[in-house]
Amino acid sequence: MSSAGNSRPNGAPASHTAAVLAPAMMAPAIRAEQLCRHYRMGEAVIRAVDGVTLEVRTGEFVALLGSSGSGKSSILNLIAGLDRPTAGSVVVHGRNLANLSREDLARYRLRAVGMVFQSFNLIPSMTLAENVELPMRFAGVERGRRNHLAREALTRVGLQTRMSHRPSELSGGEQQRAALARALINRPQLLLADEPTGNLDSHTGTEILNMVREFNQQLGMTVVMVTHERALAERYAQRLIFLADGKLVSDEANPAFAAAGETKEERR
Amino acid sequence: MKLPDLAELAVRNLRESVLRNSLTTIGISVGVASLVAMLSLGIGLQQLASRRLMKSGLFDTVVVTSRRDLRNFNRDQERSGPPPGESRVLDEATRQAIEHLPNVLEAYPDIRFITELRYEDKPHLTMVAALPTSAQSNDAFEALQGRFFSSDTAPEVVLQKTFAEELLGRAPQAGLDETKVAELAAPLLGKELMMRYAQRQSAPAESSSAGKASAAEDPGLASAAYSVVSRELKLKIVGVADLDPESMRGPARARVFLPLKLAESLHVMQPSDLREVSRAPGDQPVYSSVSVRVKKPGDVQTVEDSIKKMGFNTFSILDASRSIQQFFKVLDVFLGIFGSLALAVAFIGIVNTLVMAILERRREIGIMKAIGASDGDVKRLFFAEAGAMGILGGIVGVALGWAIGQVINLGTNMYLKRQSFPPEHFWSVPWWLVGFAILFSFLVSLAAGLYPAGRAARLDPVQALRYE
Repeated sequence: MSSAGNSRPNGAPASHTAAVLAPAMMAPAIRAEQLCRHYRMGEAVIRAVDGVTLEVRTGEFVALLGSSGSGKSSILNLIAGLDRPTAGSVVVHGRNLANLSREDLARYRLRAVGMVFQSFNLIPSMTLAENVELPMRFAGVERGRRNHLAREALTRVGLQTRMSHRPSELSGGEQQRAALARALINRPQLLLADEPTGNLDSHTGTEILNMVREFNQQLGMTVVMVTHERALAERYAQRLIFLADGKLVSDEANPAFAAAGETKEERR
Repeated sequence: MKLPDLAELAVRNLRESVLRNSLTTIGISVGVASLVAMLSLGIGLQQLASRRLMKSGLFDTVVVTSRRDLRNFNRDQERSGPPPGESRVLDEATRQAIEHLPNVLEAYPDIRFITELRYEDKPHLTMVAALPTSAQSNDAFEALQGRFFSSDTAPEVVLQKTFAEELLGRAPQAGLDETKVAELAAPLLGKELMMRYAQRQSAPAESSSAGKASAAEDPGLASAAYSVVSRELKLKIVGVADLDPESMRGPARARVFLPLKLAESLHVMQPSDLREVSRAPGDQPVYSSVSVRVKKPGDVQTVEDSIKKMGFNTFSILDASRSIQQFFKVLDVFLGIFGSLALAVAFIGIVNTLVMAILERRREIGIMKAIGASDGDVKRLFFAEAGAMGILGGIVGVALGWAIGQVINLGTNMYLKRQSFPPEHFWSVPWWLVGFAILFSFLVSLAAGLYPAGRAARLDPVQALRYE
């Protein structure tokens, strides 16, 4: 508690400086302002997210770190439009999610967001190809195009030979790759990953995160990854945001990437 | 989501938990089957009744009598129209006028008389009636042995089976079946009967001085005079009919039938001849009653009305048929309600299955929402699943109901056969019932899906995904 109280002044300036660096060019992909998500459990109120303010620039790879119960997944759900804030606002690409109707939120999730989960969350009764094309069904894409794009996406993650397999017939790494293919199928601007390596061995985890980085760098997707493995975050994320008890503890550029980021900015 | 995608996903989901969904679908089928069974029994019974009654000629016949026939008078008719004494005579001209009314198929005089017939020199007294050619289609002649009259004027007769028994000197038997009628007919067909009857002849004008005198004052009187002569006619037996003597219709009381035109040409003395002697309009035959057959039962009322306007009494069984139809409507409603009860049980089954499916597929629903399914998509998916079970259950149910009907039909007919009754079809599944049952099952299933679909749509994806 005390650390959260102390760290708040530290965290805020950090995000502030990031925004100040290039105010015009760095259009924020995500901007959360005094974001709160409280749950009521009987008499008690659980403050899962408690006044978090943060900003993620377009094309950035950000890691949300913290122990379990720190509120990192709750923030991710709020950004994903799966949940609504109790107070405050989340603005993604200019849209305040708090003001969107349920229908509009669904459309936002469909078009703008790709999600990857710790437990893969593929539908067990469907083949990989069917799982990957499912978002396109909701988008009303016709069958021929759907099949083509699903094949393309699965080829991209190296699963072209496993298209007609069911998730249970595949390894964890393969399932997560399929989940990645599904997340990318509607070409979203935002990839949200909730502990994507949590159920994988370190080698497979690295393989998955290499892919995520590839999408981040090649497709210019903004990535927000929730993880509790600091080492992984430091290896892949440009920025590390630490959370504890629903509050932002620190928000710092990853030193390993700082140099690269600055040189990029200078070139522009 | 597009409709084909929706249907495909729904069917896929149904196949995933085959056992539970099959059991639910069977539940729907049983419901639909009982509904179909009940309704088709109602419809079948109604059709059977109306088919029987229609063939009996009860529902498409109007019997016309003159108001002058005071024996047929009833109080209602007495109040309306001209007094009997001034009303019209039911003669040939009137018959033709009636026949030309719209929706009238034919109008024929009821000629009947009691007379003596000699067979092998033995006299037999019985009622003889004339039949128009159209009577062939009457169900009384369904089991006719031999044939119907070769022409409307042929000197031929059809016997009723009890008269045939009398001719052969056999004891009357109840419930004769076709083979026994055939046995009766065999020795009689082609044989001759001698009919002795009283013929009415127009009297020569100078027959009496009194007639002469009055004829001078009133020319109508002259033609009203007639004499009665005894005549004989040889008739060939061409058929023996299994006609039910207790049938509600008039001709049934007669046991010997003649072709109508032949009967007319005989000018047999009729009871009405005596009545009309004071007022007979010349040479035209006068009838005591005329039977009018209309095109369909629905026309009875209008035809009856127009005949009443002409100044005659009419009688039809229409009112009786109305209350019979009403009875069947009520029966249908009750049978429908009992049938629907089973469907109500199926309704609860669908709700249960889908609610269970939601619990089981919580995570799946959460995933679908996370990757962009809207509330509407989820709702429609559950609706589609309910609807698919409904349609499938409906189709199977109709087939099952039909099969039940066939079995019952078969069983009852076996029983009827043992009781020496002809087989009957009292089970009818018309096409509209098939369509209605499937549609009804579909709608009931959608209604059953309403609550589960709404619940699935409202499911919080965060909560749903948290479940492991």
